Amino acid sequence: MKITQQTSENTLTLTLDGELDASSSVLLDTELSQPDILNNKKVLIDCQRLNYISSAGLGVFISHLQRFQDAGVKLAFYNMQEKVHNVFEILGLDSLMTIVPSQAEAVAL
Amino acid sequence: MKNAIRISCNRSNLKVVRDFVSGYLVGYGQNAVQVNQIILAIDEVVANLIIHANGEDANQFLDIKLDVHNKTFTIELRDQGISYSPSTYLEPDLLEHIRTGKKGGVGMTLVNRIMDRVEFSHSGTYNICRLYKTLT
Repeated sequence: MKITQQTSENTLTLTLDGELDASSSVLLDTELSQPDILNNKKVLIDCQRLNYISSAGLGVFISHLQRFQDAGVKLAFYNMQEKVHNVFEILGLDSLMTIVPSQAEAVAL
Repeated sequence: MKNAIRISCNRSNLKVVRDFVSGYLVGYGQNAVQVNQIILAIDEVVANLIIHANGEDANQFLDIKLDVHNKTFTIELRDQGISYSPSTYLEPDLLEHIRTGKKGGVGMTLVNRIMDRVEFSHSGTYNICRLYKTLT
């Protein structure tokens, strides 16, 4: 798993490249746990190159969602592959998290 | 085709198992979503066995065997760690997980929702988990 960051206009974009499992999700958790991440208005997750997610990866997002909401930070996913989106759907997380098709829609949130 | 693999109880072997299952399923006509679901279910059980049943002890091993018979895909996992009791399973309340910031507790839900049947049993000192999925 490779995570790259880009910040512009109070928006932090994290680009995920690879597979999020019980081994690699620790890295994502570290990124999302940074205190200054709450200084952003939006945290956008570019999932185009996210090829796999397990419950460990989902759990990292679940565990930070309330913290982000409490701080007024919007968390949104975009460019999600169908097979990854399906994992969110199986649990019903697609209705609890913001997932949009494109970067343009994520930026416009 | 290779249908069995033995791994040590190390998280880095999760990827090894996923690649093994993915390679086995080539040729069974499953689309990307279906293949991913099966890989996910197996990955969740293997992760639980590595982390919870065997405490990530690299001296412990898991044996994984795959088989397709009459369109039923069967996965058998054997280990000698702490037994899992399916009677302890509770459907997660995701809103509560979000509210409390809980990280875990949804893996077996994915397994139960993806697979047609999930069985846990014992044979001697071995725990045996069998997962069944009809290939469409």
